[in-house]
Amino acid sequence: MKLLEDILVIDFSQFLSGPSASLRLADMGAEVIKVERPGTGDICRELYVSDVMIEGESTIFHAINRNKKSYTADLKNPDDLFKIKQLIAKADVVMHNFRPGVMERIGLDYESVKEINPGIIYAEVTGYGSEGEWKDLPGQDLLLQSASGLTWLSNNNNENPTPMGVAVVDILAGTHVAQGILAALYRKIEHGEGALIQVSMFESILDFQFEVLTCYYNDGRQLPVRGAVNSAHAYIAAPYGLYKTKDSYIALAMTNIPTLAELLQCEPLKQFSNSDDWYCKRDEIKKTLAEHLKTEPIAKWLGILEKADIWCAPVLNYDDLVKEEGYRLLEMELKVKTSNGVTVTTTRCPIRVDGELLLSEKGAPMLGEHNEEIEKQFGINNKVENTSR
Amino acid sequence: MNELPLKGIVVLEFSQYLSGPSAGLRLADLGARVIKIERPGTGEAGRKLAIKDLWVDDNSLLFHTINRNKESFTANLKSAEDLAIIKKLIAKADVLIHNFRPEVMGKNGLDYTTVQQINPRIVYAEISGYGKKGPWKDKPGQDLLLQSVSGLAYTTGNGSNGPVPFGISIGDIIAGSQLVQGILGALIRRSKNGKGALIEVSMLESLLDFQFELLTTYFTTHQQPKRSVIANGQPLLGAPYGIYDTADGHIAIAMMDIHVLADTIGCDEIKQFSKTETFSKRDEIKTILAAHLHKQSTNYWIEHLHDAGLWAMNVLNWEEMTNEDAYQSLQMEQTIKAGDKEIITTRCPIRIDGKRIVNERPAPQLGEQDEKIRRELGVVN
Repeated sequence: MKLLEDILVIDFSQFLSGPSASLRLADMGAEVIKVERPGTGDICRELYVSDVMIEGESTIFHAINRNKKSYTADLKNPDDLFKIKQLIAKADVVMHNFRPGVMERIGLDYESVKEINPGIIYAEVTGYGSEGEWKDLPGQDLLLQSASGLTWLSNNNNENPTPMGVAVVDILAGTHVAQGILAALYRKIEHGEGALIQVSMFESILDFQFEVLTCYYNDGRQLPVRGAVNSAHAYIAAPYGLYKTKDSYIALAMTNIPTLAELLQCEPLKQFSNSDDWYCKRDEIKKTLAEHLKTEPIAKWLGILEKADIWCAPVLNYDDLVKEEGYRLLEMELKVKTSNGVTVTTTRCPIRVDGELLLSEKGAPMLGEHNEEIEKQFGINNKVENTSR
Repeated sequence: MNELPLKGIVVLEFSQYLSGPSAGLRLADLGARVIKIERPGTGEAGRKLAIKDLWVDDNSLLFHTINRNKESFTANLKSAEDLAIIKKLIAKADVLIHNFRPEVMGKNGLDYTTVQQINPRIVYAEISGYGKKGPWKDKPGQDLLLQSVSGLAYTTGNGSNGPVPFGISIGDIIAGSQLVQGILGALIRRSKNGKGALIEVSMLESLLDFQFELLTTYFTTHQQPKRSVIANGQPLLGAPYGIYDTADGHIAIAMMDIHVLADTIGCDEIKQFSKTETFSKRDEIKTILAAHLHKQSTNYWIEHLHDAGLWAMNVLNWEEMTNEDAYQSLQMEQTIKAGDKEIITTRCPIRIDGKRIVNERPAPQLGEQDEKIRRELGVVN
């Protein structure tokens, strides 16, 4: 039995935050119906990134929306809205990531949906919550990274504030809303009651910084200072960082400096024997280390350090990574097929259940691909005068 | 008022540092009773791991941050007597979490098969660094190393920089989040069929999943993602996406029509590029834009861009952010009482039924609940 067998999710969300949550629910066995605007659908369908398209749609749309069904409905059209309400009546979860006020205007806010389906789990992702001066600002990843202080944590101190190169805010908000939905589903099965689950991207990206923010709140509110060289974490002592060797980069995590000096035969490093200095003199230490590490190729350094159980690793790009046996054995790549026969290689769900991988070959749906099927499956009526709900 | 969703759920946390304990923290926030199982004398290694040398009591502020709202029970898993007590506890638990290297739990006689025999309803959840087979399985599951191996360090910083890691332990946190999802899914299924589950997550798989947009694009093109040479925001995105210098600070500019942008900020030079060139010529466009944005203050640009409905934002540090009404109205900070000290930390980011989840209970002292739990189990000292 799949973890979320027989769970029906009606997903009004687009782009990444909400859809990444419903992707995980689909991975775990839920039936996810993506409700989209006729004609255009999820804006993400046309968000071409890196000039790469699959069947006229962006690669990322296919990655985010595999294993879902698409149902088109114009929510401003009373007939379509009537059908949507019938669908909601059968659902376990309704989710959206519209800006505050949009679902109210359509008449699909939590209170209205609860009247149709009292046990519903209604989940929403906003940018900045539904109160405060920023509530109507767009919930966009880079902008949230910038507003939340996150950009002052990565890269060296002389560099501009540096955003993380993956949509970390969308993805974390997605995992948080998925957690809320799942916890509420558990409560619903045990006790029968529905729930309202709310997550904002702003709260999610603050939660992501909980260790360092707690430090800030309690140390007299001193701002983080990134290291001048080889900076990997504003709060962690040397040697923590990535270093260039003669041929490629090596990562060094927390390590005792004298031990490192001995193993690498780096004389000038030996003066930093007092562990109290490893944080405050981190730039000096790292400069010394960097000078030394660039004199020999990575294989030599890894050979020495790994043998001594020092925490180190090569810094790989995707070309290097996919050739590694350690990667291939994970079987992380998943081939999915769209209904018009296009095959897309993407990644699978990272969670294993009872030793099994969660795999589904179903690709992302065409816009409105499942309208007929869904209407038949759930006995959706066309006309408002039909009384059966 | 409705109860927290996981009320009544008992979680045993055999975990250290961040990945497993961050999962335990979320389950505690959602209402579960989380009991850390710790080695007598020293306890979890995280108790002695501090950043900026900040301590609350015998334990670091960092430990208090990650382990608030939990209980602590000490047991020496190598002692038959203690192990017998742990097994009694397992018989009453709903969830067991560990983040030891593969085989450690087996050596202690607490592998999944054994635990399942004691309690067939248990959800047994584990986090490893690299999975349980292959040449990497015994490598340490350390965040920076996992970021480095998984390709992530080549997503951030400019093309002219070397690899730049994320300045937050993303590998630990994302693996913890995925584990929570698996655990909750397994609890839902258990409510229907009465059976427990084995949930496994590795930091490497979690970080690959985290990069799923980039990797899917890579599998299609077989081309290494390239960071832009200046103002890199995300390797997959074209101009103007990134952070720029202004006359008095910085500004973040997200995706938008570059011709509308050119008109809005009065930068005609950008108009020589067509909208289809925003990816292929992003470095040229960004270079022109960077020189232009340098001429005026951040607020000047923000005002013009927001008036035109374009996606831009100030780049704030925490001091600036915490002074904003938008931050304060979230009420994201909560106070925890640890002995006679008060600690301010963040709360759970999930709201349930319109309510924020807060709890002022601190992290436990080592073995703080030993007696209480022994009593509950009917074990006499």
